[in-house]
Amino acid sequence: MDFIGQGFIKALQLLLSGDKEVYSIALLTIKVSGTATLISLILGVPMGLYFAVARFRGREFMVGAVNAGMGLPPTVVGLWVALFFWRRGPLGFLGLMYTPAAMVIAQTIIALPLVAGLTMSAVQQLSPKLRLQILALGASPLQFWWLILHEVRLGVLAAVMAGFGRVIAEVGASMAVGGNVRWYSRVLTTSIVLEVNKGNFSLALALSFILLFISYGVTYWLTVLQQRRRQV
Amino acid sequence: MTPLLAVKDIVVRRGRRFCLKIDEFCVRPQEVVALIGPNGAGKSTLLTTLACLTPPDSGTVFFGSEKVTKKNALTVRRKLAVVFQEPLLLDNTVLENTVLGLRLRGQKQGAEDKARIWLKRFGVDHLAGQNALTLSGGEAQRASLARAFALEPKVLLLDEPFASIDVISRTALIDEFKSVLESTGTTAVLVTHDFYEVQALASRTVVLDQGTIQAEGTPAEIAVHKTWGGLSKGVSATTITNRVDGSRL
Repeated sequence: MDFIGQGFIKALQLLLSGDKEVYSIALLTIKVSGTATLISLILGVPMGLYFAVARFRGREFMVGAVNAGMGLPPTVVGLWVALFFWRRGPLGFLGLMYTPAAMVIAQTIIALPLVAGLTMSAVQQLSPKLRLQILALGASPLQFWWLILHEVRLGVLAAVMAGFGRVIAEVGASMAVGGNVRWYSRVLTTSIVLEVNKGNFSLALALSFILLFISYGVTYWLTVLQQRRRQV
Repeated sequence: MTPLLAVKDIVVRRGRRFCLKIDEFCVRPQEVVALIGPNGAGKSTLLTTLACLTPPDSGTVFFGSEKVTKKNALTVRRKLAVVFQEPLLLDNTVLENTVLGLRLRGQKQGAEDKARIWLKRFGVDHLAGQNALTLSGGEAQRASLARAFALEPKVLLLDEPFASIDVISRTALIDEFKSVLESTGTTAVLVTHDFYEVQALASRTVVLDQGTIQAEGTPAEIAVHKTWGGLSKGVSATTITNRVDGSRL
């Protein structure tokens, strides 16, 4: 159990001493997972709103795909993205393999179904009559979607938290498409795996505490935002 | 006199089942039409069709002499107002809820003042700054009615607006609602199960069953109707299941 205490102290030391490598890894972690969450938000929220309200042929299939995607194993996503971005793969000409951009793409694929699925579920919890009421008030299609989004904003924030929490914690996809290249594509989770493999448990624990600080910090900020809006 | 709202030869289906099949129905200026009938008779479907919220499978809805199409449905909707059984207020302040319809319809100047006047008229102006989701059922329905009247609709469409309110609050609210209707001369269509509401508010009553119009007349005429008179006897706020001759609806 001493390991835990030592790891916590080491984490504080690394942060307070301004260790450049640790800061670079932490910053890249925030950048990659933050960008992936943002993209999944931009794509996933309209998708969730549309799937919840619209009726079209093949909707059940699409909704099923979104729901299944919520449990997509990151390693599988990493493998598929790697197959596409591999030098001889269909998108190999883009030269994205082993870059942070490829990690963002893989993490977006992981977060997107979560954001879309939870948004869809939040909209479906609204009374169907509320949609009619908004239309009856005279809302244009754009006003309608905006008001629905406003009504489910707490659910959307929860979706963002879930999406960010999932991608910042994943390791399989980042390892597969990022390659864990030092000073370039190394993020906290891949660093932790590396240090564990090297038997350097105290550093691995220290990095895990930093990951937890970041994860909790971002989630706490989103929670404050969510609860403050709740009190309007 | 040209009716304000009318439907002609409309058919609404749910799968293979007919929900509504009406040859002709109209709402004339300044009248209050009560739509009554058993559950599943098609009253709410007719109301949402009149409100241009659910287009019929076939047939036409008219606003004045204008045919309602996909293109002009929004313009027509912006001349009407609907109050449902649930108040359906949004997660915002009561004032913001009351002002919302006016803003959506492009009326920005004086919208807040107008909303406050109507909130006062329905006795909930002191709740203007409160979140609408924290109101009691009666308060929320008052705010919902204020929101509808603030729009100054050509026709007000109401789907059992008093059904979810306790008896004491309901009687008071119906009285207030009646006085507002009379003072503004608002044309209205009211879906209800409660014959007390029909007698208090309606100038004309239409009985629907199985999606078709079965009878039409003044509330007094319907009260003594040989088949549908049962609707007026001891059925206040309850589900009507028996005809006067004892057969099940």
